[in-house]
Amino acid sequence: MSVTVLDVKGLNCPLPILRTKKAIKDIAMDSMLQVVATDPGSVKDMEAFCKQTGNELVEWKDEGGTYTFSIKRKA
Amino acid sequence: MAAKKMSIIVTKGSLDWGYPPLILATTAASMGLDVTLFFTFYGLALLKKKLDLKVTTLGNAAMEMPMMGMHMAMPNLVGALPGMDGMATAMMKDLIKKKGVASIEELREMAKECEVRMIACQMTMDLFEYDRCDMIDGIEYAGAATYIETATNSEINLFI
Repeated sequence: MSVTVLDVKGLNCPLPILRTKKAIKDIAMDSMLQVVATDPGSVKDMEAFCKQTGNELVEWKDEGGTYTFSIKRKA
Repeated sequence: MAAKKMSIIVTKGSLDWGYPPLILATTAASMGLDVTLFFTFYGLALLKKKLDLKVTTLGNAAMEMPMMGMHMAMPNLVGALPGMDGMATAMMKDLIKKKGVASIEELREMAKECEVRMIACQMTMDLFEYDRCDMIDGIEYAGAATYIETATNSEINLFI
């Protein structure tokens, strides 16, 4: 399955969420979007965004201040 | 399911206070809400084609800027000197750029892109003698009744 990668490193609230929203509507249903961010606030925000929009946050990891979110488009 | 709705009354037009309504509006719209912004009094400054937003340290007791590893506040007496607002504004704009924070122009553009409904208060337009030609396109002009009708049908109503 192809994964689309969105790099929002260095961007601050609310840009990571706005860019994620834009990117997710361009991928097919059930495919994956991987968002790479450095905004520590995006950890909670990405979870809230997915919950509100009905998309699935499959997993996220923190690698020394770089956060990678794997989101499956569900809505 | 019908989209949830949010409305915000936007009453402030300084460089710092311009952020909260535009951040919340664009984020809510991205999360699937229908958003209405009602710009009144100084909030109208955010709708001008030519944005020239400033920040002032005056009467802003909690305001401090990071500077050489410390935080600097400015006494009112110093902040009142000519040129100080310009300096504070330049510093703030510099910080905004450095920290990857969107500019007000960008946020406003994104708000338009995600179909945030923007209403300019017609009474304030008259009061301050603003010309519609000086405001951005794609906005509505209306009054309190329009806002109340919108707010009545919204889950979230904020005043900023």
